[in-house]
Parts: sequence; structure tokens; C-alpha cells
Amino acid sequence: MTIVKSVTCPVCGCLCDDIELVVEDGKVEEVKNGCAICESKFIGYRGEHRVLKPKIRQNGKLVDTTLQEAVKKSAEILANANYPILYGWSSTSCEAQRVGVELAEEVGGVLDNTAVVCHGPSILGIQEVGIPSCTLGQVRHRADLVIYWGCDPWSAHPRHVERYTTFAEGRFEGSEWKGYLQKFKAAAGRKKIKRVMKQAPVKNPPSIEPVTPSEPPQKMKKDGRKLIVVDVRRTMTAEVADYFIQVEPNKDYELMEALRALVRDQELDVNSVAGISVECLEELVDIMIGCNFGIIFFGLGLTMSAGKFRNIDVAISLTRDLNMRTKFAIMPMRGHFNVTGSNTVFTWQTGYPFGVDFSLGYPRYNPGETTSVDVLLRRESDAALVIASDPVANFPKKAVQHLVKNPLIVIDPHMNATSLMADVVFPSAFVGIEVGGTAYRMDHVPLPLKKVVDPPEGVLSDKEILNRILEETRKIKLKQVEAA
Amino acid sequence: MELLIKNGFVFDPINGINSEKMDIAIKNGKIVDSIQEKNAKVIDASGLTVMPGGVDIHSHIAGGEVNAGRLLRPEDHVKDVERKTAITRSGVGYSIPSTFTTGYRYSRMGYTTIMNPSMSPLEAKHTHEELSDIPMVDKASYPLLGDWWFVLEYLQKGDLEECARHIAWMMETVKGYAIKIVNPGGLESWGFGRNVHSIDDRVPGFDVTPREIICGLCKVNKMLNLPHTIHLHTNNLGVPGNYATTLETMKCLEDLAGDDKPVAHITHLQFSSYKGRDWRTMKSGAEEIANYVNNHSHLTMDMGQVIFTDTTTMTADGPFQFNLYNLTGHKWVNHDVETETSGGIVPFRYRRKNVVNATQWSIGLELALLIKDPWKIFLTTDHPNGGPFTAYPKIIAWLISKKARMATLKRTHPKAIKRSILSSIDREMSLYEIAVVTRGGTSKALGLKHKGHLGVGADGDVAIYDLNPESIDLPTDYKVVRKAFSRAKYTIKGGQVLVKDGEVLQEMYGKTMWLNVETDEPCRIPEEMKTKFRDYWTVEFDNYPVSDHYLRSQSPITVKASI
Amino acid sequence: MVQQKLRVILLTGRTIEQGVGKERGKASQEYFESVSMCYMDPEDMKKLGVRNNTNILVTTKYGSVVVKAVKYRRAPHTGMIYIPYGPWANAICSHETDSIGMPTFKGIPAQVAPAQNKPVLNMEELLKIEFGK
Repeated sequence: MTIVKSVTCPVCGCLCDDIELVVEDGKVEEVKNGCAICESKFIGYRGEHRVLKPKIRQNGKLVDTTLQEAVKKSAEILANANYPILYGWSSTSCEAQRVGVELAEEVGGVLDNTAVVCHGPSILGIQEVGIPSCTLGQVRHRADLVIYWGCDPWSAHPRHVERYTTFAEGRFEGSEWKGYLQKFKAAAGRKKIKRVMKQAPVKNPPSIEPVTPSEPPQKMKKDGRKLIVVDVRRTMTAEVADYFIQVEPNKDYELMEALRALVRDQELDVNSVAGISVECLEELVDIMIGCNFGIIFFGLGLTMSAGKFRNIDVAISLTRDLNMRTKFAIMPMRGHFNVTGSNTVFTWQTGYPFGVDFSLGYPRYNPGETTSVDVLLRRESDAALVIASDPVANFPKKAVQHLVKNPLIVIDPHMNATSLMADVVFPSAFVGIEVGGTAYRMDHVPLPLKKVVDPPEGVLSDKEILNRILEETRKIKLKQVEAA
Repeated sequence: MELLIKNGFVFDPINGINSEKMDIAIKNGKIVDSIQEKNAKVIDASGLTVMPGGVDIHSHIAGGEVNAGRLLRPEDHVKDVERKTAITRSGVGYSIPSTFTTGYRYSRMGYTTIMNPSMSPLEAKHTHEELSDIPMVDKASYPLLGDWWFVLEYLQKGDLEECARHIAWMMETVKGYAIKIVNPGGLESWGFGRNVHSIDDRVPGFDVTPREIICGLCKVNKMLNLPHTIHLHTNNLGVPGNYATTLETMKCLEDLAGDDKPVAHITHLQFSSYKGRDWRTMKSGAEEIANYVNNHSHLTMDMGQVIFTDTTTMTADGPFQFNLYNLTGHKWVNHDVETETSGGIVPFRYRRKNVVNATQWSIGLELALLIKDPWKIFLTTDHPNGGPFTAYPKIIAWLISKKARMATLKRTHPKAIKRSILSSIDREMSLYEIAVVTRGGTSKALGLKHKGHLGVGADGDVAIYDLNPESIDLPTDYKVVRKAFSRAKYTIKGGQVLVKDGEVLQEMYGKTMWLNVETDEPCRIPEEMKTKFRDYWTVEFDNYPVSDHYLRSQSPITVKASI
Repeated sequence: MVQQKLRVILLTGRTIEQGVGKERGKASQEYFESVSMCYMDPEDMKKLGVRNNTNILVTTKYGSVVVKAVKYRRAPHTGMIYIPYGPWANAICSHETDSIGMPTFKGIPAQVAPAQNKPVLNMEELLKIEFGK
């Protein structure tokens, strides 16, 4: 039995690197410090659904094949394609991504990562106005106001609050954990009373509390860190927040613009914006201006709803405005563990973070044109390589219909919806468990991923598979040139 | 492989060679005395200028900041692209080129060694990953250490030795080359949106002043015997009237100069040489600075020359970038790094017809020309802050030719001409002096023993330019000179011909240099660090160091410290 | 009175169960259960006469899908339904990218109807029907 310490968790953009694993007989037996998703990953990686042999489609069915055969077939597909899509990249290492860029350049395809259906709009927002941000430790040490807007870390980044924000212990700000424990106990007590009241024949049942109280709760006036959640529904994170503000769906932009106006000391001539009273917004703005260090974390609640990148643009602009009054930062809550890394690698090698088109021999970027969903909707691609991602499960139906019509290569440790539709399937080693590498945290801090156990025999890393496909593709293309 | 460069006019200032017709022989990647001609590849350099490969002392080419700048500015890339060829990778250019393009473009200008001056230690892996993807040149990086909490705490305690040990540990851990200090004290203050405004302001939360940080780290640098001096970006950078702060900073280091050797490098000096109360009254303070520098020998500097173009400013100086954002209302990136530093990015266009910008342009040239000794001030644009490095040939033309300078100065804002004394300066640099400010001087200041000269044992890095010093009249033919320095006739790295006639012949990856500082006592730092690590950073101790995995090819330099 | 149909706004997103299920493997029962469901407000369920853990049919302009209705504990959010990311959600999400590459996954107008007798398809069945492979 060995204990491996300081393992980086390859699940979400938090990239917690304090995981301890108990390894026995080449298997992970126990996970310490991790969240539920982390445990599921480290225990589930050797699940019963894993395939160990490459597969190839014959007569409409996927059958086992050899690695050489699968590499050859993939290289043929890519070398003969005019405009292939190379999509995914967010759940693999930077090392594999670097080979990916080379492959995309070689075959003149479109290189795109999952950011396009996730925080792509955030990047577009950043390209419009920039972004005042920081690393997560800065938040831990300094932030006395944390706002989660359109995101639910409790569900998607379970340790975010504990490691980096409100419940973390910093140099200038302490943890609020104890206060919350008390609050929870009190809340549990209240619920009990409510239940009893319901059973008892009371004439006037307690009225339902308004969704967003017009006045911020007393605790917003206390010292120490404060937590505000803005969302369209009461999420898990909203439960622990000091103040929950429920915004009407698709009205984030309005709300944000109203806040901007208030930050600039303008008067609003309406009574409420996006379902929230103006008095309440004024209080909120005072809290924002009054803090020493505030931060907004935003999620897909902003990028995916009406307005899309304009929501991000305005959120960042609000942060810019707030910096005239106090110190304020803003950060997207990146989902996949290395989606930030793929943006980073693509950018340093090509200048652009996603949706990079190599069809003219140099990198070109025009979101809406060179992004994968649009290429698919226009039915222009004639092949695809999907790595470490599941677009069949995550793209809209109409885009998937074109994707599966053309030859499709999938590299993924698991069988997923996309591999079920594929023509060539490569099982690969789990990055961060069976193979090492590098990943970038949501705040751009690079962290090493550890190899903890050996991959099953014959299963290669993403990087190695890509290298072999690249080599084979070059051979075929050389032959084509010679023949011509 | 052996290479013989025959009959060129050689400029090798470190060895005092000035336009001598001689042969340069390279064997196994190093300069040797002589080789047998029949075994060697021969380059006929008759009528050509031969110099050591260029050494850039300060150019932001890799790392978190640079890449955030790339991500921020698709509009910067779209106008300047590099196609994939059979030899080279594709990419984009202009003010923040992609990594491959950066390497090719430097090589085309005859540069072979580049110093990346700003690396936040926490994100050092990123810098090194990018450096590993920059072909054609050797490189190194300076970690940002001036506002590192450990430095502030040990300086506060007055424990210089302990501070030095931590710096030694850091150099090895993040594979750094020199101590970079940016707006000392100001970056920590910026954590809560504040700044320091003189070298004697207290840093909030720590009982130290910028003066104590600068002097403390300067002493530490000496204790550790690091090859380069501290590399300093002064307080109040980019603020009118800041030449006074700069002079004070220079003066506070006077006492630390024991022998004749420099003890500090003040970087992109142009941005620290402004007189005036505000932007309306801003004018050049170059004369005062140059007078001081001409009478003292404890400093080296680089220009930070401004080019009239659209570029991207990026520094670790968060408050300065915030001010620039306020000034321009442009896109603004801020990136504070826990426990260590901050950073910011703002796109910027320097305009000829803007009085301030035109004055900035004049100041850079004034400094280079008024400071008499070329071994003190070197050519940089603080790429990409003053403009992209691809503008170096333009600057060379301005330095060698008053005619070239006046041609540009005439077209600037008329008021700007009166705000500096550039028009009255007659000095015109020789090719020998150009060789000093672009290779000899920089490599000497950096303490790179095998770079920047062509003596026996030096690295076989050579640049050959299509210039005949016998027939050319530099001041009048400055356009020829500009062209020659834009497209090297040959660039040779480690004895390999990488570029011919400005085109890349082969791709080659250079080495990353870093310092392995050996202290007397075995280092106790890791033990102490382990206990403190989780309180200071949000990553684990084991995951902090830059392992060998991140360096494609490396060249550690061992330094013996005196502690 | 019980209604036949209810107009709602469809949201999609992550849940911790979906996260756990996805890491277990997309073919796992955990994943299936975590994403072939739909959170509803209890009031809305009452209006439709839908009981907890029974099937409903969700229809948008882009398609329709049968999922299991689950009562959302942190109500109220009347007029909103929430389906975790996955093939079921994508069967009815908008492909409009507004020329920026990003389809619309949140805030889509939808209709909910009870579908007690219709089964929730498993992944392979769903893919077969949607894409014929």
C-alpha cells in the first residue's frame, strides 16, 4: 500500500492539488480530501464500462481492432479530409494539446475546444473590454465580498468556497465557516418549528418569505467576509449565502446595467429591475463599493442565457467601474479541469484561444464562423476528431446530425455518446491518474498532473495516440504530394 | 560540424575588435582558434559585417502576461500572419507574436539570446512551457521577487542572509536567472488597490519601504554572486515628474557600489525619465538622468524606446496599468498573483502627433545618445511596451544617423520638439557602438560568459549583415542599415546556419538558462517552506517547483554564493 | 384545475449528481439517472397533476424528450424547469449561436405535459432515434 500526496484532481477548474490517494496493487483504493465528484473520478476510472481496445466501424457496428489499424484508418480520414474539425481538448493535458495544434495545422482543419459551448462568450467579452482578475489565493487572502453570479459552485466546483473564498483562511480575511455552522443549526431548528406548525391546526400559517428580501439581511452589515449569490433559482450555494438575489431568467444584462448606473451615482426611474426592487439594488451597490476587495465569480448562467457575451461584457464593465471606487476583480468559473489550459496553449501557439481555422495555412479566428457548432450547422466539415469530450451529448441536435454523418474519430478513456457514433475509437489513459502532464486552473495557475497508477496494458496516453496519428498523416500526405 | 566564416568585417566589442577583417571558426558549436578549411562549411563574408549573435536583455516574449495579451487582442494578430511552410510552423505576429513566430522573427534579425524579464514564480511553469515553444534562440527568465511576502518579511526583520537563502531557493525552484523588482512595494499595495508614491512610503501591512526593498535585494544579489545585477523597474514609472524618483533610486544604490562593477540595472529607463507636474506639462528629464549616469558607474540601463505604432503594454506594475487604463479607457487586464506580484495589460497606440507620445519617443533616444558610455545603456523597446522588437532596426537607424532622427522628429507634434533636446544632439553611433548596445554590452551586463562575443570558447552564435563598413556612410545610408538589420544575411546558432537572406533555413530549439545557486550551508528552506506553504499559497509545496519536464533543453549555470 | 400543458422556461446546467455520474462513466446507471430527469417547482407539478418521479414530456421549438420530473427542494421557482446537461437536455436545446459560436442552453421557452405512460429512453435508444446510428 502506498499513499500518494499532493495529487491534482483532474475534474473541474478548481484543480485542488491536495488530494491524497491510497494505492494498493496498482489501484486507487481510497481518496482523501476530495469532493464527491473527485472521489467518483478516482474510484470510477476503472469502471466496468471502460474499453481497452481500439474499435473501428465495420458494417455499421463497432468492432475491436489493433492500434496500428486504428491509427492508419484515422490518418487516412484526416489526410483525405478537406475541412476536418478537431474538437475537445479540455479534459486532457497541455502536452497533448500541443500535439493537437500541430495536427490541426498539418491537416488544415478547425481546432476548437469545449470553451466554445461553455465560456467562449466569456472570452469574447474579455476580448471586448479586458478583465481585471487575480489568482484564487488573492481572493483567499483579501476578499471580504464574494459574489457568485449565475453559477453554483456547490454543485459544479464543490470545494471552491472552502479552498479559495468564503470558508478559506487568509492573511487579511478569516474563514466564515463557524458562522455558517451556527446559521445552519438555527435554520434546521426553524424548519422543525415550521413542520410542527404545519401539522398543528393554526389559523394563520406563516407566509412564504419573499424571494429576494427588499432589504439586505442584518448580517451584511457585519465585519468579515460576505457571500452573495445571484441566480435565477435558489441553488445549493444560495443556501449558504448571506444574501440571495433572485434575478428573472434572461434579465442579467438589465440588472447589471442598473448596478452600473447606481455605481456611477445615477438615479433609476423604475421601482424594480429584473424582479428586484431598486432599494435592494442600492443597498447591494453600497455593499459593493464599501468592501476592501470584492470579486464576482460568474458561470454559465451568464454565458448561456440571452445576451451571451454581452452579459460578460457588462459584468466586466461593472467590475471596471467598481475599480474606480475600491478594489474589485472578476473571474469565470471554468468547468473542465484543463479548459483554461487548452485556451492557453492554443493562444500561445496560434494567437487565438478557440475556434482556430488552419484551412488557409495560417491561424484564423472568427467566432460564429470558425467555431465548431457553426461549421457543423453550415455542413461544411467532412470529418472530425474528438478528443476528451462528448459533443454528441453536449452539442445541439442539429449540429450533431452533421457531425455523425461524416467520418468520426474519438479518443477518450470512457465510452460515451460520441464514441457510440464514431468510426474509429481509441481508448486512452486517464490524464491525471494513469498519465501525468500539466493543467491550468481557472485562474491560469499551471499545476502538474500526477501519474498515480499504470494504465491498462496497451492503452496509450492522448499525447502518444495523437503523435502516432500525426506521424502517419504526414506519411500519407507526403505520398500524396509525391504522387501528384 | 565545422563552420568557417571568411573575410568578414568583424565587430566584437568585448574583445575590442572593431571592423577587423578576419575569419571566425566554429567547431562543435563553439568558437575555436582555427579549423581546417577543407573539412568545414565555408561562408564567404567578404564585404559583410560579422557580429556576435544579438542578446536582448529585456523582452516580454513568454508567460502568463504575454499570453493574456495575445488572448486579449485578436485584432492585433489578424493583420500580420505567418504561413506554415515545410520548415516552419504557422503563427501570428505584430505586437505579441505567437511563440514560433517570435523565435523566427528574432532569428531573422540575427538575435540568438533573449531574456524574458517578468515571470511570476507561481506561474513559472507557464513561462517555461512557452519558452520551450520558442525556437531559434537561447533564453532565460527573471522571476518577480520584489514584493514576494517572504522577501518583505525578512527585510522587515532585517535578516538579509535568510532572505538571500530564500532567493537562492527560488531561483532553482522556478528556474530563474535574475532578481526582477517591479515598482517595489507598489505591487503589494495594489492588492488592496493602492500604490506607493516615493521610495520612502511604507508598504501597507509590512513595515518596509521601497528603498529598503531595493537596497536589501541589491545586497542579497551581491551575497549570492548572481551573474546579473538586480533588474529594476522603478517606482512611479510612467508618471510625469518621475525622473526625481529615478534619481533618488539611483542615488540610494551609490553606497552599495564597492568596486567599479554595476550593482543594478534600471530597465526601460525612458518610462522613468519624465519631468513636469502632469501630462500637460510633461517634458524630457533625460538630460538630468544622463548627467547623473555619466558621473557614476554603478548602473546599467536599457532604453525602453517608444515606436509610433499600435502595441500592447504589459507589466507586472498593476497600478501603472490601471492608470493607463484610466487614461485611455481601453481594454484592461489586471492579474494579481497571490503572495508574489501583480500584472496588467492595456493596448496602446503611440502617435507621432501626440505631444506626450512624441516626447516619450525623444526621451528614449536622448538617453541612449546623452549617456556617453554605450556599455551602460542598451537597445530595447521593452517589447511590446514601447513597440514590438521587430522595430529594432528602426532604432538602430535613429542611433546611427541624425538625418534619420530628424526625419522622424520633424513629423512629430511641433510642441514635442521643444520638450526635449534631441534636435540639438549630434552624436551618431558607429557600428561598433551598435554592436555594444545590442550584444556586447547586454551580455556583459548579464554576466553571460559565452555570449555576445566571438572569442575562443564562446558559443558559436553569429550574425552576418549585408553591410560593407568600408563603403557605406552610415548617417546618410541609414535606410540600407535598417534593411540590413531587419534581414540578417546569415544567422548562425551553435554553428548551425538557421537563417539565410532573412529566411529560416532550419528550425532549432535553443536552451533555457537558469541559476543553480549553491549556498554554504545546506539549504533549510524547504522544511520551513513546507510548514508555511499552505498559509501563503493555494497550491501544494510539491506542485510548486518547475521540474525538468518543463524545459525542452536546459543549461543550468552554477553560482557559488558567499553565504 | 389540472392543466394539460404548462408553459415554462427551460434551464440546463450542472448538478453534483451529474458530475459524479459523468466521472463514473457515461454508460453508467448513475449518469443515466442524473441527467434523464427534470427539476420542477412543486406548484407547477400540482398545476399539471404530475407526481414526484413520474415522467413528463418536454417540448421546445427544437424537439421534445421524455424525462422524469423531480420535485425541486429549494423552491420556489415557478415557471422554470431545470434539466442537467446531457443528451436528453440537448435533444431540446437551441442550436442558435447568434453568430458567436455559442448555442443557447438556458432560458429557452418550453412546454411541459404529463407523460406517465411514455418511457424515458436510454442513451442508445435516444441516439438511435435522434441520429440513426
